[in-house]
Amino acid sequence: MSDRKISGLSKPAVPILTIRNLDKTFLSDKGNVTALKGVDLTVSKGEFVCLLGASGCGKSTLLRIIGGFEGPSSGHAEIYGSAIKGPGPDRGMVFQDYALFPWLTVEENIAFGPKHQGRTRAETAEVTDKFMEMVGLTGFRNTYPNALSGGMKQRVAIARVLANDADILLMDEPFAALDALTRAKLQEELLEIWERTRLTIIFVTHSVEEAVILSDRIVVMGAGPGHIETDISVDLARPRDPASIPFNDVRRDVSNQLRSHIAPALRKSQLAEA
Amino acid sequence: MSIQELTPSPTPSASQQAQSDKAAQSVQLLSSATRRKINKVALGAIVPVCLILLWELGVRWTGTRLIPPPYQVAVMMWDFAFGGIYDDAFSASLPTHFWVSVQRVYGGFLLAVVLAVPLGLMIGRFPLLKAMLDPTLSLLRPVPVTAWLPLSMIFFGLGPKSAIFLVFLGAFYPILLNTIFGVKSVDDKLFEAAAMLGCNGSQLFRSVVIPAATPQIFNGLRLGLGFAWILIVVGEMTGVPEGLGAVIMDGRTLSRTDLVITGMIVIGITGFLSDRLIVLANNYLLKWSPQHHV
Repeated sequence: MSDRKISGLSKPAVPILTIRNLDKTFLSDKGNVTALKGVDLTVSKGEFVCLLGASGCGKSTLLRIIGGFEGPSSGHAEIYGSAIKGPGPDRGMVFQDYALFPWLTVEENIAFGPKHQGRTRAETAEVTDKFMEMVGLTGFRNTYPNALSGGMKQRVAIARVLANDADILLMDEPFAALDALTRAKLQEELLEIWERTRLTIIFVTHSVEEAVILSDRIVVMGAGPGHIETDISVDLARPRDPASIPFNDVRRDVSNQLRSHIAPALRKSQLAEA
Repeated sequence: MSIQELTPSPTPSASQQAQSDKAAQSVQLLSSATRRKINKVALGAIVPVCLILLWELGVRWTGTRLIPPPYQVAVMMWDFAFGGIYDDAFSASLPTHFWVSVQRVYGGFLLAVVLAVPLGLMIGRFPLLKAMLDPTLSLLRPVPVTAWLPLSMIFFGLGPKSAIFLVFLGAFYPILLNTIFGVKSVDDKLFEAAAMLGCNGSQLFRSVVIPAATPQIFNGLRLGLGFAWILIVVGEMTGVPEGLGAVIMDGRTLSRTDLVITGMIVIGITGFLSDRLIVLANNYLLKWSPQHHV
């Protein structure tokens, strides 16, 4: 772990998020489901981390625990050394289905956070304008989400948490519902925003390519119950070209790691067939 | 259709063609908008006109003297509104009766709104309150408002208060149930998004619950106001001297069917117009969601 380089960060790494020995079990009448078991994870300030895994590996649950929407069953989840007690403005969540307030315009959606934190009207307007511009939606300030495309909605959602002055951006498969072109464009924009703001980003995805394009570090998760398999650092220079040879080497490596953890059950069934 | 229109022919000149296209388009746009409006009114008028015709024919064929023909009712309506024809107790009395009824309908309706909307928001949001109140409300709800008539006369005496109470009862439940439903159907993700943005506690009501439940609340308001107009006749059976319901009851006792039908028509039109007012407010407040427009 000591040889890991955190690209783009010259300062010594400050841990912003620490998760130790975390378990999560969902209790229900039909029986209890263990979603996460023995998860350890440390994320440094300014890092771009992808949680990668197939569905059912608990990656979204882990993100929701960091967001404070779920509590851990046992173990610790801490931000700057203090336990996560619930959702808060320091952690901004970008949901896959946007979760914009449909009755508010683009501008009002972005202003929602600053307004509720008691900022003055002038401050709110300034912050809102800044981030509306950053995501290129100034021309749509008075449009309601209803009339926006998926990509534009997700831009509003990103600007909304940025305007809220979050330290950590939590992104739950934010681009999964978008078409390939829009997704590529938003990935590029997200990286630009990350370089400008130096936020810490934890990004959940099931796409190996997306993880390799975006992150400093890929945390591969496995299922049954959800746990962390491996932690791969990505030392490719940015901007990354998905067609280049080094990129494909990393992608192959990550794919193999991912497959070796999903495969055993599969291989067994294939053997039985043969 | 001429052959020229069917077969592609060389155009006189491109710019001329474009110009005439544009002109034709704008003319068509203008006229199609007005045409659609006229169409809508005409389509809506077919059934009422047929009903009036059927009424006229029915009265003639059966030779009944119990039901007046449309013309006689029209005369009655004129006299009721402006007087100068029969010069009896009902001549030119429409404004008085109308105003009294409007006050009672809106009095009972607004009382229902003021109580049912906040209560619905609370019940929808707090399971404890729902567990406490739901059984009682579910028991009281099926009781017909007319069944409350004797008790309401004992509680509030013979007079307008009784009428307002009955209107209130009728409007209360649709508003309450729709508000509860509206709160329950707010997407959990919106609460999570609000919490993450630092919006908590009572702020949630103003910033998330109320706006998100507005479509269903308006649905309840429309139903509630409809019931309020329905119940005004029952409410004014409680022995009040004035009001559209009272006029209908008087018409009944005096065997003046023209008066009864006149009252019915006035209530129908007023109910329709007050529904339009709510629809206007609905479309204004829900401009963010065209699918909820009426």
